[in-house]
Amino acid sequence: MTDKTKITLTVNGTGHAIDVAPRKTLADALREDCGLTGTHLGCEHGVCGACTITVDGAPVRSCLMFAVQAEGADIRTVEGLANGPDLSPLQQFFIEEHALQCGFCTPGFLMLIDGTLKQSPDITDDELTEILSSNLCRCTGYRNIIRAARRALDHARTTTEPAA
Amino acid sequence: MPDTLDRTIRFGSNSGQPMTRRDGIAKVTGAATFTADNTPDNVLHAVYVPATIARGRVTSLDVAAAEAHPGVTHVLTPANRPHLHGDPEAKPTMFSFRIEVLQDDTVRYAGQPVAMVLGETLEAATEGARLLAPTYEMAPPRVDLDRAEPYDVEPGGFGRPTGASHGDIDAGHRAAVKSVDVTYSTAPQYHNAMETHAIVAAWDGDKLHLDVPTQALSMSCAAYASFFDIPVENVTINSPYLGGGFGSKAVPIGPNILAILAARMTGRPVKLMLTRQQMFGPTGHRGATRQRLRLGIDEDASLTVIDHDSLSETSSFDDFHEPAAGASQGLYAAGALRSVHRGARLDIGTPGAMRAPGEASGSAALECAMDEMAEAAGMDPLEFRLKNYAETEPGTGRPYSSKALRDCYLQGAERFGWAGRPLAPRQMRDENGLLTGWGMGTALFPCPMFMAEARATLRADGSALFETSAVDMGQGALTALAQIAADSLGLPVDNVEFRAGHSSLPDGGVAGGSGHTATAGGALHAAGSDVIRQLGEMAAADPASPLHGAGNASFVARHGRLYVDGDDSRSEPFADILSRAGGADLVGSGSASRPPETAAQYAMYSHGAVFAEVKVDPDLCQVQVTRLVGAFAAGRIINPKLADSQLLGGLIWGISFALHEEAHHDPVTGRIVNADFAGYHVPVNADVRGLEVLTVHEDDPHVNLLGIKGVGEIGIVGTVGAIGNAIWHATGHRIRRFPIRIEDLLKA
Repeated sequence: MTDKTKITLTVNGTGHAIDVAPRKTLADALREDCGLTGTHLGCEHGVCGACTITVDGAPVRSCLMFAVQAEGADIRTVEGLANGPDLSPLQQFFIEEHALQCGFCTPGFLMLIDGTLKQSPDITDDELTEILSSNLCRCTGYRNIIRAARRALDHARTTTEPAA
Repeated sequence: MPDTLDRTIRFGSNSGQPMTRRDGIAKVTGAATFTADNTPDNVLHAVYVPATIARGRVTSLDVAAAEAHPGVTHVLTPANRPHLHGDPEAKPTMFSFRIEVLQDDTVRYAGQPVAMVLGETLEAATEGARLLAPTYEMAPPRVDLDRAEPYDVEPGGFGRPTGASHGDIDAGHRAAVKSVDVTYSTAPQYHNAMETHAIVAAWDGDKLHLDVPTQALSMSCAAYASFFDIPVENVTINSPYLGGGFGSKAVPIGPNILAILAARMTGRPVKLMLTRQQMFGPTGHRGATRQRLRLGIDEDASLTVIDHDSLSETSSFDDFHEPAAGASQGLYAAGALRSVHRGARLDIGTPGAMRAPGEASGSAALECAMDEMAEAAGMDPLEFRLKNYAETEPGTGRPYSSKALRDCYLQGAERFGWAGRPLAPRQMRDENGLLTGWGMGTALFPCPMFMAEARATLRADGSALFETSAVDMGQGALTALAQIAADSLGLPVDNVEFRAGHSSLPDGGVAGGSGHTATAGGALHAAGSDVIRQLGEMAAADPASPLHGAGNASFVARHGRLYVDGDDSRSEPFADILSRAGGADLVGSGSASRPPETAAQYAMYSHGAVFAEVKVDPDLCQVQVTRLVGAFAAGRIINPKLADSQLLGGLIWGISFALHEEAHHDPVTGRIVNADFAGYHVPVNADVRGLEVLTVHEDDPHVNLLGIKGVGEIGIVGTVGAIGNAIWHATGHRIRRFPIRIEDLLKA
């Protein structure tokens, strides 16, 4: 359990060859071994969603996965949302709608919504509320988060431009 | 202090605009660095062991097992913990608390650190901490406020609130033709900012560098320095972003001191990040209260007495009594007013200030009692409050610095559609048969100012740098303060660089008490004004300047130019004035605080009115808040986008207080049994709908130079009572405890 294992994580399209103990969570590996600290840890028991990333397109809690489980998967984090200096529409809507205050929960919400955009862009408002209820914002900017998410979904449906 | 203030303040170009956050891009890209994002080379990870009993002593720790675990480097226990200069039982600053830093083997509450393990990896340290497997000698924990022995709180500043008594209380009770005598309970609540407490500590000789989230950089430096017997200037704190604070990150907590001690002991940087479960321990909380309200009215429905007695829990070893009864001061006109604070000692961590301390809990009880009084009077709750509207501060008779509460009532009621509300409960149902009720509450929050300093530097190119150790914990200080700063020089905000969040900067004061924008903003404005003053002197003395000789006239800065006040034909760009003087930067400084004379002369509060609609399932008793309208008067609003977001957040905290948050203690061990996000409920998106915030125009010439009152906390105040009252209106049941649970309504 304490012996390290060599694995390669593919994060935002880039391979990271890292050496981690099997008990290390994916979240900790992303933050400490891959240097991607945009993924935040809020509870480490899968409730708050601050550590949400996408793995093979699906939003997951990176605190509830081990790093060694993610080898070979397509991992996406908040650092991969923008295209160089160009923010994704979702990121832009978050700023415009003031869908963030302290910003700690923001990466998790962004990745939750990004995964939802890709998996089920036609969801209703009620379904969106249910999905967004899986993450916590304590500040709390819920109303603006929903508004930004709705705009991103509408944008994705009405444009041919990739949403992110 | 004259009544008329300097009216040459330059406003309008930046202040008042709904600008987007300056830190927005950093926060949506993951570039914003929070404390735990820092992992220096050669770092050791620290994990502490929280006590699993609430009272007693540690009898053994399996240090050998922990030390034998691969990767564990050190185990700190009371037996080997290095010397600490500062006394953990003393309080280095006025807002400090007694802390536990392994000074002995005593356990005084569950969650208290009893040992700390350092390891090369977080995993090793975590496993080492588990292997310590403490055993205890346990005494029966005292965790039930209703069984505790109350005492009168001796007034003494922070945590020991002063009571008040105005008028003849007994006469007020006797004069009442109708009265209510009710007791409301509020539960222990824990701040639970999304970012848990964290620290990265590194020593360089006797210089200490800390990455740590703090709401008060300067005060924290002083506290850390005192614990380690080093000059305050040897402490550097980097705190660019806080993942929420809510009052819990203002003063050093014990675990932080232990991490710094560990760094000094090992000669290596040490990183500690509390787990969510540990956020229910040595981090402060909103203490539970039992509040008895006795109100009386005369034939005319005028209040003859408001008699508010608040019992609050504190720890067995330190004092923080929720100043809840203070919420009854300052709001309603009454013939007699009394507020009393009593305390009871429990085996819990010391409570502390949590978003809207005092007012949130106190108004929950007061506003419900007012609703009961209105019911007894046979009056509409809004009409009853207007009837007892205070034109001057009750008791003291001082004038309000400003009070647009009547506008809040009327505009809020209009927006909500309050008119036509049936007086009797259980009269309204929606199309699905859900019981529907409307309730309201008044909001009140004081407008403190602290002390702050700032520096403004006008550069040769006409741009400016402003610096103060202000703190953005989410409220938007980096944006709103930059707007104020830009206005002080008459520059577009994009030409202003603003640095905050670091202890090397001029003291930005405390981000708390809803006073940060007013205080740090006031200092920034003063610094900018100092630059303009110097610039004016330079130009007036310079024969080459079109402003030459205008020394007796005042100057106005606008769009990067200096004008003679009242003569737009005479002006010159800042850059030209500086250029002729040699092109050096021009540095100004400023400070802000409230003159004691002003503080004595006026009663200063933000006000608001909150209207709530709830729907209650008549069979299952599930409660949903379906609409909340809050109308607030809080002086000048610097950035409506940020301010609305603060107020909305406050409303949601009100929902949380009324329906969700409650820490439960196991009576046998004294541990909090729901100490995580699975068991300690806070609202999610699905709990929140139909929210609306209005800000009512209010000019306040007295509260401070900028007329700012603050919006960070008042959103909670009034909301809790409004929801409780709406639940009564829907169901006919007065539930006199918060949070209101399904079982309370089922049993009612």
